[in-house]
Amino acid sequence: MSESKVENGKITEYMGKRVYDFMRWRKLAGIVSVVLVLSSIAVLAINGLKFGLDFTGGTQVEVGYEVTPFIGDVRRQLDEAGYDGATVVNFGSERDLLIKLPPSVTEEETQVSATNQEVVTPIGDKVVQVLKAGSEGNVELRRVEMVGPQVGAELRDDGGLGMMVALVLVMMYVALRFQYKFSFGAVAALGHDVIIVLGFFALLGLDFDLTVMAAVLAVIGYSLNDTIVVSDRIRENFRKVRKAEAEEIINISISQTLGRTFMTSFTTLLVLWALQFFGGELIHNFSLALIVGVVVGTYSSVYVAANVLMALKISKEDLMPPVKEGAELEEMP
Amino acid sequence: MNRYPIWKYFLILAVVAFGLIYAAPNLYKPDPAVQISGQSSAMVIGPDVLANAQKALDEAGITYFGGEVGSKAVLIRLNSMEEQLPAKRAIQGALGHNDYVVALNLASTTPPWLSDIGASPMKLGLDLAGGVHFLMEVDTNTIVKNNMESYEQEVKSKLRAAKARYRSVDLVDDREIIARFRSEELRSLALSTMRKEFPQLQLRELGSGENLEIRATLTEQEVKQLEDYAVSQNLTTLRNRVNELGVAEPIVQRQGRNRIVVELPGVQDTAAAKRIIGKTANLEYRMEARPDELVSSKEYFEYRNETQRQMYGGAWLERQIIIKGDSVTNARVGYDESGFPQVNITLDARGGELMHRATWKNVGRRMGTLFIETRFEPVTEIDENGNEVTVQKRTEERKIISLATVQSALGKQFRTTGLDSPAEAQELALLLRAGALAAPMYFVEERVIGPSLGADNIKVGIQSVEYGLLAVLICMLISYRVFGLAANLALAVNLILLVAVMSLLGATLTLPGIAGIVLTVGMAVDANVLIFSRIREELRNGMPPQTAITAGFDNAYSTIVDANITTLIVAVILYAIGSGPVQGFAVTLSIGILTSMFSAIMGTRAIINLFYGGRRVQKLWI
Repeated sequence: MSESKVENGKITEYMGKRVYDFMRWRKLAGIVSVVLVLSSIAVLAINGLKFGLDFTGGTQVEVGYEVTPFIGDVRRQLDEAGYDGATVVNFGSERDLLIKLPPSVTEEETQVSATNQEVVTPIGDKVVQVLKAGSEGNVELRRVEMVGPQVGAELRDDGGLGMMVALVLVMMYVALRFQYKFSFGAVAALGHDVIIVLGFFALLGLDFDLTVMAAVLAVIGYSLNDTIVVSDRIRENFRKVRKAEAEEIINISISQTLGRTFMTSFTTLLVLWALQFFGGELIHNFSLALIVGVVVGTYSSVYVAANVLMALKISKEDLMPPVKEGAELEEMP
Repeated sequence: MNRYPIWKYFLILAVVAFGLIYAAPNLYKPDPAVQISGQSSAMVIGPDVLANAQKALDEAGITYFGGEVGSKAVLIRLNSMEEQLPAKRAIQGALGHNDYVVALNLASTTPPWLSDIGASPMKLGLDLAGGVHFLMEVDTNTIVKNNMESYEQEVKSKLRAAKARYRSVDLVDDREIIARFRSEELRSLALSTMRKEFPQLQLRELGSGENLEIRATLTEQEVKQLEDYAVSQNLTTLRNRVNELGVAEPIVQRQGRNRIVVELPGVQDTAAAKRIIGKTANLEYRMEARPDELVSSKEYFEYRNETQRQMYGGAWLERQIIIKGDSVTNARVGYDESGFPQVNITLDARGGELMHRATWKNVGRRMGTLFIETRFEPVTEIDENGNEVTVQKRTEERKIISLATVQSALGKQFRTTGLDSPAEAQELALLLRAGALAAPMYFVEERVIGPSLGADNIKVGIQSVEYGLLAVLICMLISYRVFGLAANLALAVNLILLVAVMSLLGATLTLPGIAGIVLTVGMAVDANVLIFSRIREELRNGMPPQTAITAGFDNAYSTIVDANITTLIVAVILYAIGSGPVQGFAVTLSIGILTSMFSAIMGTRAIINLFYGGRRVQKLWI
C-alpha cells in the first residue's frame, strides 16, 4: 500500500503524516482513567460536594469596607448582634468580606409573609447597620443572597435531572448519527469527565453552586464536541482505509485530529484563563471547573472514547453504510 | 475555482450590515434621567407636567437637557448619575406624592433612525445593573383553608334547606369537611344534595350504625384552579404595588406552580421595596351616614374619580367598617340581563356573614366602598444626635370608588350595578381586587446586588472578553497566517452577530452570559481549526492548493455540524432546567453556536475565496 508506511507490522505513517501508536498505551490509559474515576467517586463519597448556597439554601451578605477590617472583630460584632455562627471570609480583596449567616436566619427571613403589617427591614440592611457601627469608615452593601431551603433542594434536583437528560439525549443523538458503540464511547467519556470535575471540587472543598453546575454542563458539551470530531474521523477511516486493524485505524484517526484537538483546547483554555484572571470572584469557580473539564475532556476524547470502541470490538461492518433492504432481491431475475 | 457567486457575497455583506445595525445601539451610552408617570394609568401626563418639573430643576440648580413627553410618561435627561437622586427629590417635592411617580431611569441615546427600525441595546441583568430580586411563594394551604371554611357554612345551610338533618358538620385539619348523620336515609339525602350543589367537592362515605359520615375534600382540579386564581390575583396586586415604587423596568412574573418573581433593576432602597411589596389590604366597605348622624360617628370622603368628584364632591360615611379588602376574594366584570355592565363581588365566609348582618336591615340605604392608598414619603428629620436622617413616613388616603344603594340583604356574593360603561366596571373590579392578596406570600429567595458591584461586574466582564479575544486572535494568526486572518475576521463578525441577535431578541445580558460569550469566542474558532487542519492534511497528501481548499471545507462540514448540534442540545437543556444566571449563560452559548456556524463556515470561505479564488496559486499561507 503506497499511502501508508509500515514498520514492524505497524503503520507509522499515513498520507504523509506521522501516526502515533496511541493504542499501545490504551491499557495503561484505561487503568489511569479507572483509578481517577474511582478515586473521584471515593472523594465524593467521603468529602461530599460542598454545595453552595443556591442548592442548600442559606443567607450570605457581601460587604465592601472603606477601611480594612479585622475579620475577628467583624465576627465578634456579628456574634454580639445575635448572628452567632456566622462565618466571615475575605472575598476577592481584603476589604471585601463575605458573610455567611447561620441557617436560623434564613428560616426566620423566609417566614416573613408579604401581608405582614409591620415594616420589614431586609437582612442585608440589618447586617450593614451592625457592621457600620463597628467600623470607622463606611460599609457598603454589595450583594445579598438569601435562598430558602425548599428552593435550594428543588434547584439541586433539577440540576441532577438536567445532567441525566443531557446524557441520555446526547447518547441518542450519537447512536442515531453514528452507531451505538460510539454512543457508549461518547457517554463513557462524558461520565468520566463529569465525575473527575466533581471529584476535583470535592477534593478541594470548593463551593458547588449554580454557575459551577452550568460549567459542568458546558464541560459535557465541550467534551462531546471533541469526542465527536475524533469519532467522525474514525468512522471515515474505517470506510476509507483498507487492510488495517481497528487499532491502527484508531491510531491514524487520533493522529490526524491531534493538531485540531490541541489547537481548540488551547484557544478555549486561553479564554478560560482570561475569565479566571479577569472575570472576578463571582465566576472564579465557574472558569476553574471549565479549565479542569477541558483538560480532562481533551484526554478523554483521545483515550476514553477510543478505548471503549476497542473494548466493544468496533469493526468495519459496524460502520458500512447500511445496505438497502431488498436491494439484493431486486437484482435477481 | 473557489469562487462564490456574487449574490453570496451580497448575502454575507447584508447579514454583516444587519449585524452592525442591530448591534450598534449597544455603543450608545444611555443618559441618566428621571421619569415622571402618573399614579394611575388613566392619568394624562402632558407638557404642563414637564414644564413644572423643569421649573423645579431650575430652582434646585440641577442642569438638565432634553425633555420628552411620551404617551404615559415624561422623561428628563441629566448630566450625571449623581444628580439623579437630588433631581428626583426636587421634582417629587414640586409635583407632590399624590398623583405622580418619579423614577430614576436611563434614557436611551440610540439615534431615532435606529430605534425606528426596532434596534435597541441589550438589557442588563440584575448582576450587572444592580437591583433586587425576590422570589415569593404563595401559601396554597391558606387558600384551601379559606375556601373550606366557606364551604363548611354553605354545606350546613344547604343541608338544612334540604331537610337532611345532620349531627354535626366540622372542618378538620383545614382541608376536610366531616358531616355526621344518624341514619342511612338522612345521609343518602345529604349525599345527593351535596353532589348536586357542590360539584367541586370530592365525597366519601364512611362509618356505620349510628355514626355515619360524609367526608368532603376539594377535588385536585378545584385546588389547582384556586391556586391559579390566587397566584394571578397576587400577581396583579404585586404589579400595582411595584408600580408605586417608581422602578423603570420592573419584572413581576409567575414562576412555576405557586411562585412569583419580582425583579427591580436599579433599586437601592431594598427596605422600601420590601415594605411596599408587603403592603396590606386597602379596601373598606361602610354604610352611608344618615343625615341626622352625629359628626363624631361619621366621616367625609371625596370621590376618587375626577368627574364624579366634580359632580358630587364626596359623601358622609359611617365610621363603622363593615368589612375590609382582605374579605374580598374576587371581583369580576359581568353583564346583567339587559346587557348593562356590573361588577360581581365574592366575599369569604366571614365577610359574607358580616355583610349580611350589616345590610339585611338597611335595604334602601347606600353603601360606600373606600379605596385606601398607602404611600411612603421620605421625610427629613433631625435625630437625637443632631444628624439629618431620612425617614419613610407612612400616609393613608381614603377615597370613594363606589356608592350604591343596597337593594336587598347581601351575602357572600353580590353585585354592583348602575355603572356607566364597561370601562368603569373594569376599573372598579380592578380596584376592588387590587387591595388584597388572595393568599399570603412568603419571601423564599432574595438577592440584592449593590450598584457598585454591578459596575464592577461589567468591568471585569468586558475585560475578560477583551483579553480572551486578543489571545485567541494572536494565536490563530500565528498558527494559520492568512487563513488565521480570515478566521479572525469571521470571529469579529460572529461577535457582532451574537450581540445583534441578543439585542434583537431582547435577551438580558448577565455575568454568566458574558462568560458564555467568552467561551463562544474560544470555541467558535474550532470550526475554522477543523477546516484548516483538513486543508493542511490535503496539501500534505499532494493535492493542489485550490482543490485542497474545497476539500478541506467540504470534508470538515459534517463534523462541524455534528459537534455543534450536540453542544446545542446541552445548551437547550441548560436553558430548560436553569434559573436566571444559568439561563443567561445558555442563551449566549446557543446563539453563539448558531452565529458561529454562519460566520466560521460561510464567512471564512468568502474571505478565502476573495483572496485565493480564481487565481493560480502555488502555495497557501497556512
